[in-house]
Amino acid sequence: MLELHDITAGYGRGAPVVRNATLALAPGESVGLLGPSGCGKSTLARVAALLHRPEAGTVTLDGDPVRGWRYRAPRTQRTAIGVVFQQPRLSCDPRLRLTDLIAEPLRATGRRDEIPECLAELAPAVGLTPDLMDRRPHEVSDGQLQRACLARALVLRPRWLICDEMTAMLDASTAAALVAAVEEYRAATGAGLLAVGHDQVLLDRWCDRTVHWKKLTAAVHE
Amino acid sequence: MTCEPTATADPAWRSYGASRRSTRAVRVRVSVALVAAIVLAVLLVPPLVHLDQQAVDLSSKLLPPSWSHPFGTDDLGRDLLLRCVYGMRVSLLVGVAAALTATVIGTAVGAIAGALGGWADRGLMRVVDTFSSVPHLLLGIFLVAMFRPGVWPVVVSVALTHWLSTARIVRAEVLSLRARPYIDAAVSGGASRWRVAVRHLLPAVLPQAALAAVLMVPHAMWHESALSFLGLGLPTHMASLGNLIQGARGSLLAGQWWPTLFPGLFIVIPTLAIAGLAGAWRERINPRRRSELML
Repeated sequence: MLELHDITAGYGRGAPVVRNATLALAPGESVGLLGPSGCGKSTLARVAALLHRPEAGTVTLDGDPVRGWRYRAPRTQRTAIGVVFQQPRLSCDPRLRLTDLIAEPLRATGRRDEIPECLAELAPAVGLTPDLMDRRPHEVSDGQLQRACLARALVLRPRWLICDEMTAMLDASTAAALVAAVEEYRAATGAGLLAVGHDQVLLDRWCDRTVHWKKLTAAVHE
Repeated sequence: MTCEPTATADPAWRSYGASRRSTRAVRVRVSVALVAAIVLAVLLVPPLVHLDQQAVDLSSKLLPPSWSHPFGTDDLGRDLLLRCVYGMRVSLLVGVAAALTATVIGTAVGAIAGALGGWADRGLMRVVDTFSSVPHLLLGIFLVAMFRPGVWPVVVSVALTHWLSTARIVRAEVLSLRARPYIDAAVSGGASRWRVAVRHLLPAVLPQAALAAVLMVPHAMWHESALSFLGLGLPTHMASLGNLIQGARGSLLAGQWWPTLFPGLFIVIPTLAIAGLAGAWRERINPRRRSELML
């Protein structure tokens, strides 16, 4: 289970961005989170990915309560969740080649020896050809870069995936290919998914259920 | 009818931009030539030319520039050209060593402050403020006065008073980088603070830090000269540009201009050349700033 209970989160100044949001994902379940731009769904996704400490509320990951966020979260908890961000350009270190970009989590967690095997498996799965792997982010398109970002999110074989507007910047065919790659991974591993977006048609087709942002925050008040 | 660009307004603009660019190209070439000549002279003259720069010859003291002594001689009859080259060697060594040390300290402090944030950031930045609140030449004099005259006290003194701006630049850069999604991605991928700093933050600030180091070399040379001129820097027997000018003060009043002028030019010209190169480099790595400056 990935449970967010009564989360209030923001960025310090004035009113919080997210107020009293509650959301629970069953193992293997895929949930679409639908909301307009600027409503706070990305912030909630960051809280769920243990990247942003909420001001109030609790997060429970597979039965264990989360006590720290970012660097203070235990590595096993952090890496249990794979994240794909909205803008591939901003979520890639411009100095790293795609190979290193995808292999970086393996290096960071001391699993260097698995790099060749993982890359050989992941690159075709997300649709990256070998000639792209030696290029740097500025030498590939947004779609190709987002494929690499998805590969990076999957390389540690997380039990949960959080896709924050993963396809918002991409054309329809790339979006479809990425969603297919995510679904293939989930079918193989049984990972749960939180897909954040504003495209109801996509989320309805992609996910087991779609939650509207309003209902997420209203549930507590009612 | 073909659509030709209007010829009336364009040439003026074009020639304006072109002359601007060609002046810059000339400036860069002159700077490169000067820096190369200085480095070559400093590296090659001492091993190849077997003349003793310390040799005293009182029979030929204070000779004006001539073919046998192009820069003239000083009040002990030593050849000034040779003394200037040796002085340049010392000044350049001090300048480069001090600039590198200052940049390493500044980058480390700025990166730690920016990457850790919180109380570490506040604490380190107050240290920076404290250092900045004292005039840096005064602080440098205080530091150098604590040691016996020599090369390393001067390097330490200049380095310890010049890491502040680098620390501020690096901290600001790291603060802005820290909020980028790619750092989030690294954290999510299990990277430790240390790994994020070394793998993602430091490589991003290195070009800025290297530029700051090069820009600091001429500044550090000026400080070496200033400290030596005040008699606090290098020991007086050691030919450094500051020492040469300091030693020439008396003869300047007697109308002998060459012992002051030539070491002075040896300070001014190389520092301008290095600053010119660093400026061209800054324009290259930061083109937006260039276009703002050109308006």
